[in-house]
Amino acid sequence: MNQSNRISGGQIDRSKTLHFTFDGRSYVGHAGDTLASALLANGVRLMGRSFKYHRPRGPLSAGSEEPNALVHLRTGARQEPNTRATVAELFDGLHATSQNAWPSLKFDAMAINDRLSSFFTAGFYYKTFMWPAAFWEKVYEPIIRRAAGLGALSKDEDPDEYDKGFIHCDLLIIGAGPAGLMAALTAGRAGARVVLADEDFRMGGRLNAETFEVGGMAGADWASAAVAELSAMPNVRLMIRTTVVGAFDHGIYSAVERVSDHLAMPAAGKPRQTLWRIYSKRAILAGGATERPIAFENNDRPGVMLAGALRAYANRWGVAAGDRVAVFTNNDDGLRSARDLQAKGVDVAAVIDSRQGGDLLPGIRHLQGAQVIDASGRLGLRSVTVRLANGKTETISCTALGVSGGWNPNVNITSHHRSRPEWRGDIAAFVPGTGGPAGLTSAGAAGGALSTHGALATGLAQALGTLADLGMAATAGDLPRAEDAPISISPMWYVHEGKGRAWIDQQNDVTVKDVKLAHQENFTAVEHLKRYTTLGMATDQGKTGNVLGIAIMAELTGQSIPATGTTIYRPPYTPVAMGALAGRSRGKDFKPFRLTPSHKWAAEQGAIFVEVGNWLRTQWVPKAGETTWRQSVDREVLATRRSVGICDVTTLGKIDIQGTDAGAFLDKVYANTFSTLAVGKCRYGLMLREDGMVFDDGTTARMGQHEYVMTTTTANAVTVFRHLEYCRQVLWPDMDVQIISTTEAWAQFSVAGPNARNLLQKIVDQDISDAAFPYMGAGSISVGGLRGRLFRISFSGELAYEIAVPTRYGDAMIRKLMEAGAEFDAIVYGTEALGVMRIEKGHVAGGELNGQSTALNMGLGKMVSKKKDSIGMVLSQREGMNRDDGYRLVGVKPVDPKGAISAGSHFMEIGAPVELASDGGWLTSKVYSPHLGCDIALGYLKAGDQKIGRKMRAVNFLTKTDTLVEIVSPHFFDPQGERLRG
Amino acid sequence: MANAWKSLTALGQDTAQVVVIGPYQISERCDVALASLAVRRGQDAAFASAAQTAGVPLPLPSSYAAGAVFSAFWVTPEMWFVEADFASHQDITAHLKPAFGETASITEQTDAWVRFDVAGTGLSALFERLTNLDLATLPDGFASRTVIEHLGVYLIKHSATQVVLYGPRSSAQGLLHALEVTAKSVI
Repeated sequence: MNQSNRISGGQIDRSKTLHFTFDGRSYVGHAGDTLASALLANGVRLMGRSFKYHRPRGPLSAGSEEPNALVHLRTGARQEPNTRATVAELFDGLHATSQNAWPSLKFDAMAINDRLSSFFTAGFYYKTFMWPAAFWEKVYEPIIRRAAGLGALSKDEDPDEYDKGFIHCDLLIIGAGPAGLMAALTAGRAGARVVLADEDFRMGGRLNAETFEVGGMAGADWASAAVAELSAMPNVRLMIRTTVVGAFDHGIYSAVERVSDHLAMPAAGKPRQTLWRIYSKRAILAGGATERPIAFENNDRPGVMLAGALRAYANRWGVAAGDRVAVFTNNDDGLRSARDLQAKGVDVAAVIDSRQGGDLLPGIRHLQGAQVIDASGRLGLRSVTVRLANGKTETISCTALGVSGGWNPNVNITSHHRSRPEWRGDIAAFVPGTGGPAGLTSAGAAGGALSTHGALATGLAQALGTLADLGMAATAGDLPRAEDAPISISPMWYVHEGKGRAWIDQQNDVTVKDVKLAHQENFTAVEHLKRYTTLGMATDQGKTGNVLGIAIMAELTGQSIPATGTTIYRPPYTPVAMGALAGRSRGKDFKPFRLTPSHKWAAEQGAIFVEVGNWLRTQWVPKAGETTWRQSVDREVLATRRSVGICDVTTLGKIDIQGTDAGAFLDKVYANTFSTLAVGKCRYGLMLREDGMVFDDGTTARMGQHEYVMTTTTANAVTVFRHLEYCRQVLWPDMDVQIISTTEAWAQFSVAGPNARNLLQKIVDQDISDAAFPYMGAGSISVGGLRGRLFRISFSGELAYEIAVPTRYGDAMIRKLMEAGAEFDAIVYGTEALGVMRIEKGHVAGGELNGQSTALNMGLGKMVSKKKDSIGMVLSQREGMNRDDGYRLVGVKPVDPKGAISAGSHFMEIGAPVELASDGGWLTSKVYSPHLGCDIALGYLKAGDQKIGRKMRAVNFLTKTDTLVEIVSPHFFDPQGERLRG
Repeated sequence: MANAWKSLTALGQDTAQVVVIGPYQISERCDVALASLAVRRGQDAAFASAAQTAGVPLPLPSSYAAGAVFSAFWVTPEMWFVEADFASHQDITAHLKPAFGETASITEQTDAWVRFDVAGTGLSALFERLTNLDLATLPDGFASRTVIEHLGVYLIKHSATQVVLYGPRSSAQGLLHALEVTAKSVI
């Protein structure tokens, strides 16, 4: 195509020709174009289909408020749906396709919806799909979702990266139009730390789209000069392509910087977008205003656009949206469009001005007291029908119509803390209300100052006020001279004539008729109107349509607009890609892994790792010839029980507790007593929550008179530490206790099995015989000259130790243990074998420590000392928690050793109906025990301690198993504990 | 205490790694011993005296202070982290405990952390993408706990071109990865 609608002027770089495609067809544009301006330059008005009726649509606007020109941008994994062509910066090689149309944009089969529009009125879903209820999810919703919609996801993984970041400033200025630039100049010159953010790729706002002067030069030139001055200030940060999307507490704003969206793909290592969190002491909203249309029949024809957009395309991009244009306005600003287009040599067919009287535009057919009552041209505007002041109708041929119903200040961000905008009759628009985000003020059109002079003056004033507020000295520089024309609006929301549909919210296909229907059915409150008609609920949040809908409802109810009120806005101001919200927290980078000290060695062995929280722990270590995980796990269990096994237990939480009150402190946080523990010994401890339920368990060793080392479960390492800090700082601040985590400081290995001592004695410098280092002993040791710690504790039920060395030596330690253990056929076992052995031994872990179980439930009731007060002790004595028929931990075996048990099964008495009333409890953990040669399990069974030896059914509806089991002691293996004391 | 054991760095290597990306140099440090030093209740005066005698600085909140043998930074009320040369103070608590006696609770922290020294011009541009600390305005000698990509870290600003990070040792690779990808996105 030859850019047939390209006209002179504009801020595009004509020396740089860019090639792009839309729906497979090739076009050219220039650097500085948007996709919409380039398409319009090439005579393409049809850019999309509407959401509900699949009506042909072209761009309504030239900015981020665009409801219609939504396209797929790029291809493959980078295809992005619902991209507004009006703000998509053109780059060489850009590929765009239309969306929500099949088989093609020009012939869309789903446009049948438009023919059936009388069935798709407001409230259609609510009225139509009432029954049968079961059909809603399975039938209606899928059909509706397929028929109506916007763009499609590629369903491929996003290949790009997204950054997040934090910016601090004295003053955040949102919008770099005349008000924002003036505010930035004032604050920047005063030395304030300023961030000036603008969603456009060129600062200047409307100055880039207008022809009038500022300070004796073209407005765009003044903006360029201002930007140049600001760029030289080290205290000012200019952020183009950056949309401030939300206001949050304490002066924090979120902003999305589109770092690479103007490129075919991001440069290597560069993010596509960055989500900034901006910490500001003060903020000024200078986000300008959005023009609103006037609704009339078929006002959604491609080629009908906002009058301000029409002249923006001409002035900024050198594009005539049509070869013959007309303007329909109710205010003086609309007249500007006609004048500017005429000055550009564009054929202006007529100005249809709803107002009576006043000066006529020279050299232009200015029809006062007239209204556009219809538009024709299904795929592109051909003509408009005008009701003249004399009552006659006239058809005026035109391919573009600019409509101006007035300007709405962009109040959105001021509403993010629920402040409601207030109506200002003189400009017929809502302006920011009181009670907006603290520290945020507005300037320029966003605050209702719609002239250029007003923008500059309020920008200056708000900056001075803000600086004074911050205690910063500032001087008011000269205010550049600029136009200060009143808007002279005579409000008009829609043309009453005509039986067809007149669009209000073009993105969600909401018409004047829909508002009337809502009124007829008594959905007159603005919040009801919004939800009943979906007005303003599309991706543009109704930026061009909301006020129309509210005003029409006000007219129907006979109330004033202020009395009718308005809905408000939520973040984000414009749609934000999920990738930007996720940042780098995705895929393998979702959260950082934690690696154990033996990870490198284990990886060399081909270990299988499992995620335990953020830790990667060895799950099992397969050997040659093992084809299933069970073979590996069985071998590890049997080898450990037969000789010796080694397991990295660094992940267990380790908390160093010191202070003269350390023992007393532990007595309070543990249910059992620790102040009496001898130095050099350790003890199993049970920690309760305040409500008496078990919180965590572990062993705690007394390393000195005022020094303990607590271990926690891996899962609760952080929560226990946090709990202890709370206890120390809040509950008992007078106690002399200091705590710090040492989880990662020590590489700790469990060495378990009959040969554990024999192995360790080879490397530990001290005598660790049973006499010298008895069961539950603890202390500092030397390991080949290296300082270490040794604890004689056992989770597996075997003779076992945990040996610890500084973490940097953990890799060397696992290698030395394996080397020293070679003569004992030592193996490394993973978390699966650990689980098997602890269940064989009847030790509770995750499945039993479920936050809903008491010490009594676990068979540990005697551990809750009544001789002292401790957290949870009192409430653990509640009657309901001490019933004889309460849950008790039991062991479970299948009556038939070949029988399979599944975890989560529920206990049922034989012969009893399988129903909730018969439920006796549930299986918490289940493994295959190679030692016993059958499945074994732990479970909570009502009055379980009285049912040892009883046969019951273990029923699981999920796995569809029903197994006859025998209730046994939870201590399957070495119930007397002879091995661990050996 | 000398020993024949081979150590690995937090990144799982035999020697400390240095990564250079544009103007940024990220250096893993394994040669610094670290211990927490907390004053015991009611021992403030004796504690301060012992610190002075031992040459352990006790900087104010959110700050770091260098000393001849021991340097320190504040971590939480009544607690500091003390740095010393690893080669001469591998068992750092053995050096500190005699000096402080029962006035302090001292815990070895050396291997609980990975230390990265991040050096170069333009550190603010790097760290504004990593932490919410306002590095550009923070004074030299500032120290604080902060969060980088889910990881709790201590950050010490020695100068505009020198920042020290202490992050959890088990996530050393993750922290370095965050530094690397961010550095690449900035340059």
